[in-house]
Amino acid sequence: MKKAWSFAKDTSLYAIKGGTIFYAWLLFLFFFILVGSYTSYRQFTEGLILTGATDQITLEMFFANFVFTAHVAAAAVLVVAPGYFYHRKDIKELAVIGEIIAMVFVATGITFILYHMGRPDRLFHMMPGIGFLNFPNSMLVYDTIVLNVYLFLNLIGVLYILYNKYVGQFDSKHLARWFTPIVYLAIAWGPLIHIVTAFVLASNARMEPWATAVLPFGFLSMAGASGPALIILIFLLARKYSKLEINDSIIDLLTTIIAWSLGILTLVFASEMFSVLYSSTEHADSLKYTMFGHNGLNMYVPWFWGDIGTLIGCFIALLFPGIRRSYNFWLPIVCFLVFFGVLVEKPMVLVFPAFSPSPLGEYTEYHVTLIEFFNVLFIWAIAFLWLTLIIKGAIGILTGEVRYHKSSPHKVEQS
Amino acid sequence: MSEENNVKMEESADLDKGRRDFLKYVCTSSAAALVVASESSAAAVEAADDSDAEMTVTEFFQGHFVLMSDEEKKQAIARLEKRYTAKYGKKTTVSDVAAPEGVLFGYALDISKCIGCRRCVHACVEENNQSREGSVIQWIQVMKIPKGNLSFSADKLENGYPEKSQFGDYGVQVGGNAYSPAGLTTEGAQSYYQDETVPDKDFFYMPVQCQQCEKPPCVKACPVRATFRDHAGVVLIDYNWCIGCRMCQLACPYQARRFNWGEPSLPAEEMNPKTHYFGNRPRMRGVMEKCTFCVQRTREGRNPACLEACPVGARKFGNLLDPESDVRKVLATKRVFRFKEEYGTYPKFFYYIG
Repeated sequence: MKKAWSFAKDTSLYAIKGGTIFYAWLLFLFFFILVGSYTSYRQFTEGLILTGATDQITLEMFFANFVFTAHVAAAAVLVVAPGYFYHRKDIKELAVIGEIIAMVFVATGITFILYHMGRPDRLFHMMPGIGFLNFPNSMLVYDTIVLNVYLFLNLIGVLYILYNKYVGQFDSKHLARWFTPIVYLAIAWGPLIHIVTAFVLASNARMEPWATAVLPFGFLSMAGASGPALIILIFLLARKYSKLEINDSIIDLLTTIIAWSLGILTLVFASEMFSVLYSSTEHADSLKYTMFGHNGLNMYVPWFWGDIGTLIGCFIALLFPGIRRSYNFWLPIVCFLVFFGVLVEKPMVLVFPAFSPSPLGEYTEYHVTLIEFFNVLFIWAIAFLWLTLIIKGAIGILTGEVRYHKSSPHKVEQS
Repeated sequence: MSEENNVKMEESADLDKGRRDFLKYVCTSSAAALVVASESSAAAVEAADDSDAEMTVTEFFQGHFVLMSDEEKKQAIARLEKRYTAKYGKKTTVSDVAAPEGVLFGYALDISKCIGCRRCVHACVEENNQSREGSVIQWIQVMKIPKGNLSFSADKLENGYPEKSQFGDYGVQVGGNAYSPAGLTTEGAQSYYQDETVPDKDFFYMPVQCQQCEKPPCVKACPVRATFRDHAGVVLIDYNWCIGCRMCQLACPYQARRFNWGEPSLPAEEMNPKTHYFGNRPRMRGVMEKCTFCVQRTREGRNPACLEACPVGARKFGNLLDPESDVRKVLATKRVFRFKEEYGTYPKFFYYIG
């Protein structure tokens, strides 16, 4: 018990100590948390009418961002899997970072869903026992289950690894008997949450752009691009500002994953566009609206082409070894573009235009309100706050700066 | 459609306004009477303080209505009646009459008769206590569909693809005529027309509301079974159990479900005090609602409000199990179709050409 207490205390103390840039970053996040607290209060007291959603476009920015968090959370297994499946020693030590990203992003996704719900106060209606789930019919039920299980699998993984490293008992060759299955289950569960999330969308026959068999493939390939892009950025920052050793070989592996995920994504886009546009039935109406607009409603057109251009451009860029190895300049830029490109794709290409034409032939544009926008930033700010602090603490443990001292647990800083 | 069927929309709007003003007058004067001498009004409106007008903790924790015991149902109904009576200042009843046995409700609508006057829409709003301002909710949406006979032209006979070129003339495979929508299609349909007179001779009209599918995708999508199909075939919602996730709205191929995006605004003077738990009782923010075939009326053997309001008799309602009912007669004698039957939802709302 004493060990656990000093683990929590030492890690937290280490996590909140940093240089000027670190505090500037936290202050930046706190600004959005402050503004977002007010806008969240407004939304929860006045309702979703403050967002841009309507009966025509019933999913807002929150749901779009939720899909994105599922991308990144699923992709975090790409840091865990090479260590455990291929026994790559260099990356096995860093597996815990992947689990932290998965944990934080799943939690963020669940928060987005809370903001999406009209009655978040009635969440307990979904708790078995008090309420009940529409099992096995409703896809949202499956999604709720897999997301929560994934959250706890990763929570257990992160706590187990960090705590044992902290007390100096961790040996990746001799994991506890109960822990090994959890790691492998978590690895398998990553793609699972994403496939189920894709099915939540694809299960709606009337949403013709989503009711396509390539949707899970598109999601997984976008996950494979956006997740490692964030992980590379985190690794590059960690390498620069901490004592954590991250080999170039790891970055190269992740870069390869991004490049070929984008390659597969291009194929997915191309095959969807071909099968829909060649016959050009009414199933193509939504895609045509996204690509070319409809009767002067062309809000999504620049987003579509800009986004497709960015992602394909990044794919081509990553084929050049010079860009892949430019760890301090080109690679971070490409990674940022991939991350941001996939993030923007969610509302502006996947979700909003899919609602036009509506079942009764209406074309609608979605206009994000300020309150909704700041609520989204609020959730992201909290996500990045947790991500920063937990990864910082984890780096302290991984580098051995935070360690358990039986006699003097308070003098960690000097050790 | 002949001229006498042309309904002056403006006039009916004036009529509406007049009636509203009258109601306003009645209500303000009765409010004044309440201040001066409260004895008669106080008898009608049970004395209740402000806290009763809010949702109570017990109501917050109540279970799914269908699964409640009879005693719990009675208490839930009593709570609601008390709260609504206090809030709207008139004696409100909340019924929980069960659906009649041996009945399967069905609806038939004659699209050749419909003149697009939207009286059904407004009758529905008045009957079912929908939100009037802010988030405006209407359960029936009338599509105004172009007849599509305006675009053919002899000049365009040679237009199209491939064009004649130096490589030769292989004939036009894709023609340049007949590109505008025709017939019953949602393409080019307008739902927000503001015409002074209806019907417009270049258009026909198609009202769409909940189709009461026999295989409803919305019920399948609901994660908490807040929406369900009762044994008379009507899809209903427990407004107190709905969590507002809008998966049903996403699943509905008829755009029939409406969400209370904000606090519903229902003026007390326009509130219909005869309500049903699953039907027209006042809703709260953040829950889904939709057409219930006027469950508060049809479970008592009456017709839905939209049917009664229709000036041309385009709407028929009845028991699909009874061969003598209007709907069954329509099914037996008219050319009937279901809207968007390709979705495999098997609606019990039929359109026909009379």
